[in-house]
Parts: sequence; C-alpha cells; structure tokens
Amino acid sequence: MTAYFIQAFIYLCAAVIAVPIAKRLGLGSVLGYLIAGVVIGPIIGLVGTETNTLQHFAEFGVVMMLFLVGLELEPRMLWDMRNKLIGLGGLQVGLSTLVVMGIAMSFGYGWTIALTVGMIFSLSSTAIVLQTFNEKSLSKTEGGKNAFSVLLFQDIAVIPMLAFIPLLALPELVEKAQSLAQTAAEHHEEMSLVAGLPGWAYAIVVLLAIASVVVGGHFLSRPLFRYVASSGLREIFTATALMLVIGIAALMSLVGLSPALGTFLAGVVLANSEFRHELESNIEPFKGLLLGLFFITVGAGINFEVLFANIAPVLAMTFAVMLIKALVLLVLAFIFKIRGSDRWLFALSLAQAGEFGFVLLSYTVQNHVIPTELAQLLSLVVALSMFLTPGLFILFDKVILPRYEKTENTREPDDINEKGTVIIAGVGRFGQIVNRLLVTNGVKTVVLDHEVQQVENLRKINTKSFYGDATQPDLLHTAGIDKAKMLVIAIDDPERAVGLVEYIKHTHPHVIVMARAFDRRHLYRLRNAGADFMVSETFHSALNLGKHALIRLGVHPFKAEQQRATFYETEVTHKDTLYEAWKQVTEDDKYLVHYRDMFIQLEETLSAAMKDERYRSFSKMERGWTPPPKNNHTEFSQSENDEA
Amino acid sequence: MTTAAKKILVLYAHPSQERSEINKPLFHATGLQPNVTAVDLYAEYPTFRINIDKEQQRLVEHDVIVFMFPLYWYSTPAILKEWQDLVLEYNFAYGANGKALEGKTFLCVLSAGGSEAAYKEDGFNHFTLRELLRPLEQTANLTGMQFIAPFALFCARSAFEENRVQNHIDKWITTLKALSEDRIDIALAQKVEKLNDHLDQVIREH
Repeated sequence: MTAYFIQAFIYLCAAVIAVPIAKRLGLGSVLGYLIAGVVIGPIIGLVGTETNTLQHFAEFGVVMMLFLVGLELEPRMLWDMRNKLIGLGGLQVGLSTLVVMGIAMSFGYGWTIALTVGMIFSLSSTAIVLQTFNEKSLSKTEGGKNAFSVLLFQDIAVIPMLAFIPLLALPELVEKAQSLAQTAAEHHEEMSLVAGLPGWAYAIVVLLAIASVVVGGHFLSRPLFRYVASSGLREIFTATALMLVIGIAALMSLVGLSPALGTFLAGVVLANSEFRHELESNIEPFKGLLLGLFFITVGAGINFEVLFANIAPVLAMTFAVMLIKALVLLVLAFIFKIRGSDRWLFALSLAQAGEFGFVLLSYTVQNHVIPTELAQLLSLVVALSMFLTPGLFILFDKVILPRYEKTENTREPDDINEKGTVIIAGVGRFGQIVNRLLVTNGVKTVVLDHEVQQVENLRKINTKSFYGDATQPDLLHTAGIDKAKMLVIAIDDPERAVGLVEYIKHTHPHVIVMARAFDRRHLYRLRNAGADFMVSETFHSALNLGKHALIRLGVHPFKAEQQRATFYETEVTHKDTLYEAWKQVTEDDKYLVHYRDMFIQLEETLSAAMKDERYRSFSKMERGWTPPPKNNHTEFSQSENDEA
Repeated sequence: MTTAAKKILVLYAHPSQERSEINKPLFHATGLQPNVTAVDLYAEYPTFRINIDKEQQRLVEHDVIVFMFPLYWYSTPAILKEWQDLVLEYNFAYGANGKALEGKTFLCVLSAGGSEAAYKEDGFNHFTLRELLRPLEQTANLTGMQFIAPFALFCARSAFEENRVQNHIDKWITTLKALSEDRIDIALAQKVEKLNDHLDQVIREH
C-alpha cells in the first residue's frame, strides 16, 4: 500500500509541477505531461518498470476521450460539415498516410509496417492545436475552422484504425508473443464471450453487442439518468456516468471489439440528450487525469539510450514527417481555396504528429504489428514533432502573418453573423422569455436548468435545453463558457446567483453577465459582484401595470406612458448614488441612515418629477412639446402662429 | 487660415439601418472625420425619449448643424421631427431670449428614391427638393441659422448597384472638410438647388 501511495504521489507531483509551467511557456498541457514523464522516468529514475502496467490502465483515458468526442458530435453538425470533413479531412489522412507509407517502403519496410507508420503519422495533435487556437483566438479564422474539421475527421478516423490495426499483425511477432504467452496463459485466461465460437455466431454476437449499445443508449439511458437526477445526488450521477462508460467498455472487450469504438458510439447516441453537458462534466476530470497519466507514462517510457544512439535518424524522420504533412496540407489548402495567411496557418498548425500517435503505437505493439524497437523510435518522432509545434506557431505569428497583414487590412470587416453562444442559466418563467427572444433572433443559446421536469417540458416544445446545475464550474465548462459571449443568469436561488456572477467575472472576465435580480438589494449585490447588466424581475412589469392603472383612471394613454418613462428615468438617474450609499451600509451599519435618506430623496425627486415643474431638468414631459407663451405679441408670434 | 476649425454636429436618423445602403456607410465615414460629432438618434433614443438638455448643449457647442436622413414622405424620419418639437424650445431657439442658434449654418444631407427629374414642377413629384424642404428652411430662418442647399443623392435605391455610393461619400467628406475650414461660399450655397452639383464653385481654395 505504502508503495502505491509513494508512486501516486510521484506521478501527481510531477504533473503538478510540469504542466502549469509548460502551459505558461505556451507548450500546452500534453507536452507538460510528457516532460513530467521524462523527468521522473529516464532522467531522475524515480519510476521504473511499473509504467508499462500503468500505461494499460491509463489507456482507459483514451476510451473516455472517445466517449466525449462522440458526445460532441451531434449528427446534424456532422452533416453540415460533411464536405469539409470528408474532403479535407479524408484527403489529409489518406494522402499523408500514403506518402509516409511510400517512403517507409522505399527504406525496405514491409507494407504492413509502412501502412501503420503512415496512419500513425497522419494524425495531428487535437489537444495542442485546439488549445493553441483558443489561446491565440485563431478558432474563428478560415484556417482555424478548416484545421478543426481535419482534426475532427482524424478523431473519428482513429476508430476504424484501431479496428484495422490488429489485421496487420506480423506473423513472426505474433508467434514470438504466443510462445511467451503460452506460459502466462496457463495462469489467467482472457475473459471472452466469443472464444471458440464459429464465425457466423461471432458476427451475430458482435452485432448484438453494438445494437445493445445503440438501442440501450437511446431508450434506456434517459429513464435511468432521469431517475438518478431526480435523487439530486451529484456523486450518484457521476457514478452512473462512470458505470455507463465502464460497462460499455467491458461489453466490447468481452466480444473482442475495441472499447473505444463502443464508448464512441454511446457518445454519439447520447449527443442529443438533455444530460449531455452533465455527462461531459462528470467524465471530463477522469478523462483528463487518465490521459495525463497516459502521457506521463509515454514520457517515462522514452529510452534515452535509444534516442542518443539514433539521434540523427530520429531528427531526420521528425523533419521529414513535418515537411510531408505540411506539404500535403498546403496542396489541400490550394485545392480547397483557403487563401492568404489562413493557408499557412492551416498547413503549419497540423504539421505535427499527435497524442493519438502514442495510442496507436502502444496498440500496434500490443497487437504485434510493429517491433518494439521501431515503436520506440517512432514515439520519439511523435514526441519531438509535438515539442516543435509551438515553434511553428511562433513562425506563423512572426514571419507569415506580417507579410499578409498589409493586403488583408483593406478588407471590410466581416459581418457579425457569428454572434457567439449565450448560456442561459435557469429557464423558469424568466429565462424562458429571454431565451425565446434571443433564439427567434438567430442567437445560439445553450439552456441549462437543474429541474429535470423543466428541461423535459422545454424539450417537448423544441427548446434545446440541458439538465445540470449551472453554478457548477464543470457544467459551465462543458456548456462552452470558454467560448461563450454572454451568460444570462435567471436561476431561482439569489445567493447562488451572486456567487455565479463572482465566479464568472473572476475566471472568465470576457463573458458578459446579464443577471435577473429579485429586489433592489439583490440587484446591488449582483452589481457589486461584477454583473454587466441587472434588472429587477418585477420592476418593469409593475411599472407597466401602474401605467395601465393610470389609463383606466382616465389619464390619456400617451401622458400615462410619459409618466411611466419619467418614473423609470428618475430611477435610472439615481441608481448610482443609491448603489454607493448601499455599499457604505454593507461596510458599516451607521450608514443605514444615510441610505434611508437617499431613498427618501429618490421618492421626493420622483414625486417632483411627476408634478408640473416646467424647468426641472429631469421632467422632460412637462417641457416637451411646449407652445410659446400665450398673448405673446412680439414680432415672431406672427411668423409661427401655426405652432402656437 | 488662422481661425479655429468650425465644429460640425451631424444628427443622423435612419430607423432601419440593417437595410441601409447609402446613409449607413455615409454616416460611418462622417464619424471618422475630425471636428465632427456624429449622433445616431435612433440608437441614442430608441424609445424617442429625447434628452432635451443634452441636445441643446450639443447645439450650443457646434457651428454647423447637419440633418442626415433618407427622405420619408417628402420629409425627415419621425425622430428628427420629434427632435425639433422637443429641442427647439421657446427662449432657446426662438423667442425674446432664444438666440442660441443664431449665426450657425444648417444643411440637410439626404437620399431620395426618386430621380432628380421626378422632383420638378412637371415631374412625378411636382415639387423640387428645395421646395419640399421649405419647413426646415423656415425653421432655420426663424432660429437665425443660415440654410444652405441640401447635399442630396437621387435614385438612391439603385446607387449601390451602380457604384455611385463611394463617389457620393468622397464628395461629402470633401464638403465636410470645407465646412470645418470655413471655405464654403455661404451666399452661393444658399442659392443653388443642390449643393453637390456645385462643389467646384461653392468651395473656395485656401
């Protein structure tokens, strides 16, 4: 037990130190984990052979990642992107694979190895690239959007690759492994449902397993999640999410399929579900940690002896891979008419190999497709190319962008079609109306509510909404707070509303926060917390009712409307002074009197404004449309008698 | 020129700017000029609650007052009329003590859908543009401002397709500069029918 604690501590410690530093240096978290692994493995030697065992365990992070990738893939979004996905992404993966394969074969490798190497190098690093795009706000550029569709295609392409690689197994490696395994197999046999079944039965079992994931995911998961969600226990929801992912992975292993494939399917099935964001936020931390662990083990597994013995070929291969990938991308950019600096961004950002390369490599070794020594060299190439990626972005920023800036500045600014997503927290009576106005104006919204019933009702009337507690940072994250332009807070709990404003303004200052207040004091507290716009939920409707009361009492409707507007404007002109007074009250009780005075003063100003005081500046109504004085016989009274 | 630059106030009124092809870019270019205060009235007063004090203060601070608008029913869009009704008060703009606007220059910058030929006695609209703008001209007279000829674009609905917008904007910017540098022959500018037809004569060289 003690040994486990010490090991876990070493791993965590390395990650905690290395990852933030790497991120601050612009290297991204993936490289941070790799560096951490290199340091505790080959350099200091704190960890040793157990990394191999750990790596198998950590690979479960990849399974979770594919579940999350599946969750992000709404069928409709995929359909909209189909041209770019299949055209751009398919050609990138296909061409890169073929070129790398051709070169590998010309060096005398067999076609199976060459093809596998091609597939490994055709993939780019989703984690590094997307993170860098976000940091440099390149996501919305033409180059960034195209790069994203290529990355998405690659993420999906991993699944057939995982299915395909075992078919490429080398007979001599398999034999060697089998003779080794003979002895081991006596002790524990792999559990399997399909061992010894004839081909047709195997096919049926596999189809049944897949069907059960799809059908079960579609029909059974909702009642299950609803049942669990209504219990209101967060950790049980997490347990359910984990149970689902692990269960599917187990089922797939039992029938001899890739667990990643199964969870990916389940993810796609659940992509339209109202529990999507809550699921994401529950699985995300596990995935993040396990993937981190996976990269650490990759780093720890780097063999420095191999590296120094082969430094020239490794460097040559790295540059060759990056050059080939960049050239393929440039050709594609040319064909797909990506212009100017975007073409270079597209080509340079995706030129590295990626984290899926590591996954495929360890998978190929397990399946005896590539000899271990070659795999070690290749993983060095993958890692090195990832290390060089920040350099490519710097090249883009410093050399390429300045060249294009002059010509591109003359372009008209783009029309703001992309309004950015608005997250609406709470869709009760208040949030619903806000949502309807925004959606009917073409604004993309993500609606969150912690009442399962509420979410269900909204879904019935075709309002896209998600179950989840909007005050949970994880859920906000999966709902897209990082990219959101605005957050509308309309939740029922005043305390948590204030807390949410504080949290968002602290962690995501770029997000505009619009908040619903319950009363005057709550409004001040929201303002104090940093909300950009607040409105008391009853203020405008009460004023409106008051106006109609005046009308029913015989006041002319236009006059009543002017009185309503004057009331509102008086309130607005006093809001700052009242707020300042309130702030002093919260600091010290003796200011309570002061605040009361201010409030009384507001009331006095208000009644004055409502009365017939011609030259008070706030009382526009009494000044507006005033005729010249009566019995005015100066020279101009004749010239504008029609005004009088 | 040693005198200080004239300050120009442009009051812009367009209630459906998402459809605007002429006034919107014209107003945008106007806002980029020095010595110009460009006010989008519909943006500032979406509920027509015009702040009289603020608007009067603006008038006092500027030497040239410009209404910029598309011609709606031979007149300004509604908010400019509301603005006149509220801001041009007795004893501010007119009356025994109403001298705040005296000596300022006033002009309209507008676009009209009809052709120039339609705005003739024998044309489709029977009256010339200057005749139709008489209420504004008389308002300027009463308040002591010099009303100069309108800066107008006819056949506005096809100007974008016929690439006439940029030329119109360039000419207006030239006029704005001349107004600011006091290089406009006011007497002549008051006489002509349409300012942009006579820029060569109306604008003096330094």
